[in-house]
This record gives sequence, structure tokens and C-alpha cells, in this order.
Amino acid sequence: MSALALNLRAVWGRAYSRVVGAWREPVWLVTDAILPSLGMMAFVLLYRALGAPRSFEALAVVGGILSTYWINVLWGMGAQFYWEKQSGQLQLYFVAPCSRMAILAGMALGGVALTTLRSVFGLFVGFVVLGARVEPFSLPALLGVFALTMVALYALGMVMASAFLLWGREAWHVSNALYQPVQFLSGLYFPLRALGPLGALAAGVVPLGLGVDAMRQVLLGAGARGLMPLRTEVLVLVVLGVFFLWLARVALGHLEALAKREGRLTQRWQ
Amino acid sequence: MCPHDPSSVPAVDARGLVRTFRASRGGGEVRALDGVDVRIEPGEIFGLLGPNGAGKTTLIKILTTLLYATSGEARVAGFDVEKEPNEVRRRIGLVSGGESSGYGILTVRECLWMYSQFYGVPGKVAWPRIDRLIEMAGLRDQAHTRINRLSSGQRQRMNFARGFVSEPEVVFLDEPTLGMDVNAARAMREYVVHWVRAIPGRTVLLTTHYMREAEELCDRIAIIDRGRVLACDSLAALRRLVEGGQHVELELRTPEGGEVAAPTLGGVPLAWGAPHPERGTRSLKFRLPPERALADVLRELEARRVRVEAIATRETSLEDVFVALVGRGIEESDQPAEAATPPPGAP
Repeated sequence: MSALALNLRAVWGRAYSRVVGAWREPVWLVTDAILPSLGMMAFVLLYRALGAPRSFEALAVVGGILSTYWINVLWGMGAQFYWEKQSGQLQLYFVAPCSRMAILAGMALGGVALTTLRSVFGLFVGFVVLGARVEPFSLPALLGVFALTMVALYALGMVMASAFLLWGREAWHVSNALYQPVQFLSGLYFPLRALGPLGALAAGVVPLGLGVDAMRQVLLGAGARGLMPLRTEVLVLVVLGVFFLWLARVALGHLEALAKREGRLTQRWQ
Repeated sequence: MCPHDPSSVPAVDARGLVRTFRASRGGGEVRALDGVDVRIEPGEIFGLLGPNGAGKTTLIKILTTLLYATSGEARVAGFDVEKEPNEVRRRIGLVSGGESSGYGILTVRECLWMYSQFYGVPGKVAWPRIDRLIEMAGLRDQAHTRINRLSSGQRQRMNFARGFVSEPEVVFLDEPTLGMDVNAARAMREYVVHWVRAIPGRTVLLTTHYMREAEELCDRIAIIDRGRVLACDSLAALRRLVEGGQHVELELRTPEGGEVAAPTLGGVPLAWGAPHPERGTRSLKFRLPPERALADVLRELEARRVRVEAIATRETSLEDVFVALVGRGIEESDQPAEAATPPPGAP
């Protein structure tokens, strides 16, 4: 069996449990779709009450939908290895011959599929219930920007998963600590440009913010009040995606070796 | 060093393995393995027997590529565990007793399939194999049940089946029957024997606390304590290490307020067994060398006003070998037997 075939099977094997999870535990729909939609609804209604341009409503809807992916990256990717370690699952990944990146890619693929399913609810609320409107747009361009954003975002999740291999319990706190600041820096409910040059620079290293901004530009054109030209944002997203994937691979290999040397891979007390 | 057949490529070959950990308190370090040499031939069921903290699990973690040795080298199926970990991983399976693998949301069948994918097993091969393993594990009625609805024993049986889903060459079973009921444990043991004998070259390394399990299954057994292999041979050869006398177990009743704190009686070293509070007695176990007479021991007990309620003699068991080599029972704490005296107030 070739390494490629082995790793593709591993990706599908790991993604499967997440895809199945979407159907078997609909209660997650409440925490991961309905609740984030409330925040989005609040912003849409606020903009409407203030008489802001209609594009602001769609801008908040796009941000609200992408926030569910950020939740998934934090808890379903970054902190996942920590939970796997606690349950004894992690050592079974590490005695398997497939690449650890394949396991992480499976987690990411399953996470994207699962979250996309949940985000349908956000789309329905935003564009059907609240009546947000977008400009005529290119569907391939939207899907392309979305795919690039997901690659960069979930690659960041892979880097976090690698780091949490060693951080153990701190993973919980780090995830908590990152949640709101990144949401804010990503301008999920306002144009990134409003952060000013320094804020925009900070946002530029988080793929979520750039992805949101680029998708808004595809959907709303000038009404998106974009941070940078769309082409530049796409290029930066590509660079970030490649960089985070490379970093995840290097970090995973390095931290696995370190964890094996220190005996921290499978047992907390060691 | 274990005796072995030098002509074959060993399934496991560990030489001079040392593993130290930083101590959790007071600085310094803990030596979990202290120069372990083990060679396991293909086709063997090899037992690793030792008390808690002896180094069994550390050794298994090194052999399964989960932990680096501080020094020494190890090869599994001919491949270096540190330099060629992926070659090793393609050829091994691991089952740890008490583990809770899998995702509760998956059914037993799906969970086993998921693991088979991590080893690249094609679906056409995986599904029939999974169904056979489910049958073997006695989980046919639970095949489509979610894992989070299984009892702990059922889950452990599923974990056991998982270890074989990739058809490994070498399986590492770390306390595999922990938490299983008697019938399930017996079925698992039968499967291990059947699995190893079915295709030449398949090998099992088993760690267990259950002496009977090791006696029943293992072709050779290594007794390990404080990171060192104290003995390694077939059961018959191990028994010969402590043969030359009878194994005697007495059930004693001491007078109220009296005590028998002597480490020897009639020149025979003693090992105290468990008290029997329901009868107010306590077991005393010892090996009687040929040059000693049981009557000498009984006379000393009589002189100490100890009443002998029952006498039993038997042949050498693995437990006797273990106690003789390690100095304490497998479930006892990490202190020498000679320091163990009956607790205050014990009859």
C-alpha cells in the first residue's frame, strides 16, 4: 500500500466520525449554530435600527457564519489532541502508521463538513429570515475564497493542535483566551478597516479576518469596505495557508519527538 | 538476557534499554527501565510479569514507538523503533487494558472500521475482518450500538478486537483482560492462542497481573521488577528455579494479643498471606527446603501458642517463582517481603 493511499484512508476514517456526529448529535446545532446566530441577528438588527447601509447587514451575516468555523477550529482542532490524550485515544493515533497530518486533515475535513452543515442555519436566518441582501457575485470566486480561508484557518488549527500536545491542561485556557480576541480582531461584525492600520495589521495574520473580508468583497463589492484589494487578500490567504501547513508539519514532528523524549505523549504524570 | 534461537530474526529484540523520568517530587530521576534485554522469537506468546511500577508499560511504550529510550536499542519485526518507526507501526497492534478508545458517537462496527483506515485496510478486507472480530469478542448483538452505550466490559472487548483489526505481525497486549468478566477473558485468551498458531510468525507480547493468564498462555515469561529483568524462560524452567521442596500454606490462629513477627520459623523464611477476618485466621506461605522438616516449623508455632487450622501443600506455581525472585507478591506494594509483618491487631 502506498503512503498516499494509506493517508487518504486515514483522512476519511477520521473525518467520518465528525460527519456522522452532525447527524447523531443534533444538540450541537444549538450551541454551534443557533447561539452564534443570535449574535449575528443582534448586529443585523442594530445596523437596521441605526439606518446603516444595507451592505452592513450582509457583512454581519458573513461574519456570523464564519464565527462557527472559528469555534470549530478552537475546540474541534486546537484542543482536540488534549481531549484525545485524556481519553487514551492519542496513543492509538501515534502507534498507527499513517501520518499525523492525515489524522489532523481528517479532523479538519470532518470539521468543515460538519460546520458547513450547521452554518446552513445561519444562512437561512441571515438571508431568508432577516432578509440581508448581497450584490450579484461569482459563485466560483466565493467558493474559491471560502476554500482558501478554510485551508488557512484549519492549518492554523493544526498548528494549535501540535502545540497543545505539550501544553496539556493549558489548552483549555488558551482556547478560552483566544476565542474573543480573535473574533474581535477578525472584524466578524464590522468592517476590518474600522480597526485602523495597527488593528488591520494584527488581523492580517489571522486567516479568519482576511477570509471574512475577502468573502465580503466577493459578495458586496465596494459595499464591503474591504481592508485590501481582493487579489492581495487572496494571495495573503494562500501564503498563510501554505505557511501554517508547513509550520504544523514541522511543529508536529518536533513536538512529537519532544513529547516522546520527555514521556509526555501518553501519560500526564510522566 | 532471555535464552533464544539465534538463527531467526526476532520479533522483538531489546538490548540494554534504559529509561529515566524526572521525579515528580524532590528533583532527581526515576529509573523505570534499567538495562533491559529481551528477545522474543516470531510465533511466541511472551509474557512480561511484574508488579506495578516494574517497567512493563514503559517497555511496551518504547517498543510501540510511543516513547524514546534514554539509552539502549530496540527492534520490532526487524526494524529500529526510533529510526524506522513507521515500518514498526505497520506491523504492530496495541491493546491497553482499561483504555477508552473510540468515539462514543460511533457504533462498534464503525469504530473498528475507523481504526482499520488508520492502517490503510481496504473496505473489502476490513468489513469481513471486523465482523469476525466482533463475533470473537462476543459483541454481535452490540455491533450497531454506539460505544457510549456499551458497558465497560463490552468496551474493553471492543478495544481488544481493535488491536487485531490491522492483522499485525506483533501484538502488544498490556493487561488486555482488565475489567473483563471471567467468560470474556477466557474467550480472549483462546483467541490469542488461536491467532498466534493460525499463521506462523505471529507474535504476542503480553503483560498481565493475572498469574493464571500468564501460565495458560505464555511460551516464555520474563519477570521484571524495578526496571530489571530478573528471570526469563519457559514456565517449566522458571519453576525449576525454585524447586527443591514443598510449597506449604498454613492457616493460623494466634492467641489473643500474641503475634508472630519472626521472619523465619525453623530456619524457613516466611511470607504472610491475607488475613481471613471471617475466621479470625491468617495464611502463612513458605517453601520448605528438602533438608527441613515441616514438623520443625509446626513445633515452633506450637511453642508460640499458634494454632494451625489447616495445612495445604502444592507444586510450584508461577506466583511462587515470582515471590521468590521479586521478594513480594504481584499485588503488593514496592517493599521487600521480609519487611512485611502482620498489621497491628492481626490475629
